[in-house]
Amino acid sequence: MNRYFRELSVASALLLLLGVLAIWAPHFYQPQPLLSRFTAQSPTLILTIGMTLVMLVRQIDISVGSQFGICAVVAGLLAGKGLPMPLVFLATLTTGTLMGALNGTLVATLGLPSIVVSLATMVTWAEVLRLTQQGRLINLPEGTQWFGLSQVNGQLLILAGAIAFLTFSAWFLKNRAAGRFVYAVGSDAEAARLAGINPKTTTFMVFAVMGALSGLAALINLVQSPQVDPKCGVGLELRAIAAAVVGGVAVSGGRGRLWGTFLGLLLLSTINPALTFLHVEAYWEKAIQGLVILLAVVADGFRSRNQNA
Amino acid sequence: MNPPLFRLSSVSKSFGPVRALRNVSFDLLPGEVHALLGENGAGKSTLIKVITGAHSPDNGRLEFQGNEIRNLTPTNALRLGIACIYQQPALFPSLTVAENIGLRLEAHSPLGKIDWAGRRERTSALLKRIGAKFSPESEVASLSMPEQQLVEIACAVGAGAKLVVMDEPTASLTRSEQELLFTLIRDLKSSGVGIIYISHRLEEIFALADRVTVLRDGESIATRSVREADGNSTLTEAELIQWMVGREVSSIYPPRTGSFGENVLEIQDLHCAESGIAEVSLQIRAGEIFGLAGLVGSGRTELARVLFGITPATQGTVRLGGSPIVVRSPQEAVHQGIAYVPEDRRRHGVILPMAISHNISLAIHKRIFPWSRLRFGKERSLAQSFIQQLGIKTSGPEAPGGSLSGGNQQKVAIARWLATQPRLLILDEPTQGVDVGAKSEIHKIIRELAAQGVAILMISSDLPEVLGMSDRIGVMKGGRLVHTLDGVNTTADEVMRFALGEGAAA
Repeated sequence: MNRYFRELSVASALLLLLGVLAIWAPHFYQPQPLLSRFTAQSPTLILTIGMTLVMLVRQIDISVGSQFGICAVVAGLLAGKGLPMPLVFLATLTTGTLMGALNGTLVATLGLPSIVVSLATMVTWAEVLRLTQQGRLINLPEGTQWFGLSQVNGQLLILAGAIAFLTFSAWFLKNRAAGRFVYAVGSDAEAARLAGINPKTTTFMVFAVMGALSGLAALINLVQSPQVDPKCGVGLELRAIAAAVVGGVAVSGGRGRLWGTFLGLLLLSTINPALTFLHVEAYWEKAIQGLVILLAVVADGFRSRNQNA
Repeated sequence: MNPPLFRLSSVSKSFGPVRALRNVSFDLLPGEVHALLGENGAGKSTLIKVITGAHSPDNGRLEFQGNEIRNLTPTNALRLGIACIYQQPALFPSLTVAENIGLRLEAHSPLGKIDWAGRRERTSALLKRIGAKFSPESEVASLSMPEQQLVEIACAVGAGAKLVVMDEPTASLTRSEQELLFTLIRDLKSSGVGIIYISHRLEEIFALADRVTVLRDGESIATRSVREADGNSTLTEAELIQWMVGREVSSIYPPRTGSFGENVLEIQDLHCAESGIAEVSLQIRAGEIFGLAGLVGSGRTELARVLFGITPATQGTVRLGGSPIVVRSPQEAVHQGIAYVPEDRRRHGVILPMAISHNISLAIHKRIFPWSRLRFGKERSLAQSFIQQLGIKTSGPEAPGGSLSGGNQQKVAIARWLATQPRLLILDEPTQGVDVGAKSEIHKIIRELAAQGVAILMISSDLPEVLGMSDRIGVMKGGRLVHTLDGVNTTADEVMRFALGEGAAA
């Protein structure tokens, strides 16, 4: 019971919110808008999976928003040149992986603090975007949007794919040795090293995976609109971190589950539409989100205090 | 006779179940050098911390210049004139000598104005008084270790300290630097300062101290004058060592088997520049327990870390099972069949938030999980078998490592390495902080492992343990293996003599 306390509390809050909506604003549940809202959150879901891994190894990556932007532009430009979609996908994932690997090298091999490293790469990639694109939108060729399917089918495909990927990641983290290493390194890197695990490799791999997921997220985002906005990634890193924190992933590493992160993201992304449907001023959204995050952090604080006592 | 400067009467202090001090009484006269002697863990550090106010005793009475003091805090102690000079000077390396001394001695309000000229003047005067040759403007990081110690002493003198505690002040000094320090100590002494002097070097105690108190297992064993009024020595080294180690080796240790196989580990002329290991050669046979004794800092843990690839060797050969191996990382060590249960179990032996079963399987993923697919059933039954075999007291294999007592955590750490079926098992302080029952269980486990043919290298500061468990005992000092003794026939006195470097007198 205690083990899943955080997941259960977030789920309860979410259910409460959904219940309130069901009574006071039943039109929230109209299928098509609901599907659109969920689909729009899929790229963020992919990013939060990566962010959860990064935080589990006791690191942070605030460059994911910028990575996402670069990947989106790379994909947009290549698709615009008429490259076949599978190649576009491959190139975008490679771009993301390389950016992640750069963070990983600086953090794992050189032992630099990840907050500083990813701050530097965040600013660098953002500047690269600004200089090369100067805010221009990139038009995508016909047939890119929704993979050339109808909107509903495209949305269903994206949503199903994202959920499937989440399920796979959660399974992987629990059932593969690599997942165990992530928890071990995040709990106590020195102890993990003494147990014959290489914390540097683990940390590097996690950052590389984060980069690849930035690419994947950018692609899932790309197919939802006819154009690519180079600024589409701005602020995404904070959404991903917030979802992980609310979902119970400890900033101190080694503790947290992907399903918690998923619930955290659902809760945070339901607040905004809920406010609209309940006719509360949209200005309140950020304040309420902030409050939820604060609550989560305070709960973590109490938890670790009790553990240490 | 003068009234004592400082007196402790029947002071006790416990940390959880560990009784660090039991009914210790101790006094210091003005102008006296009183030496404190004892093995690692005998209670010296705790006693000092009580005197400097860092620990408050559970019971007992403290008096300073005849007045009882209650609730001694570090700030209070400083105000009374109690100063402590630690082995490692606690200075700010990027600030100058004058700034460091100023920070300690000047009453500072955060926004107050600093009197730079006055500070410099006072520092020069202090440095001159203690015979230091460096400038008040030198950055502390650029000073040598003994010079930094002088800065600490200058602080104590400048604060008008009446009682100075010196914790192994000569540990990093050369002989001529020692002489300088001794002159300074005699100087302080003649001006009426009382000095509590801690050192493992017996010759220093004979040269410097007026009285000596020996601690053992948190108890004060003896307090004696070092010299008669006529200047003749009243003590012998043998007596002091006898008091320090005095315990009889109890018969509770499991019996030795006495039958060994081939050499499992052969080390030839091992060096590691980074950790100060030099010219270490030793062999351990299958089924043999090789005890590694020595003082803290003598290079025992460092040797283990070299063998396990944490700080790889820079020179020398290591053979395992007859074939030469090169170990550059813990992974390679694990791969070769070397296991290391580290000293700092609470931090690095067990991953506290992880389940016991996960902790146990951590080093053998490749072996038991083909294609690195975890098999929870297999993992649980593995953990279950170790829980039974080692008698780990827990609610189950799913319980986190942090929920266990110290002794049981240690068993989990050992279980992880047993699971690797090592050829060489290195145990660093295997029973430190473990209660008596668990301790003898761990001893039994170690002996059984040896009987199964594992070569065991056991580091321990607990002399009776080393004597009771080891088939052979290597004594380390200054990063070298200074002597190897037969575990059955040697005595605590003999081991201690080599550890202290008095071997020639034996």
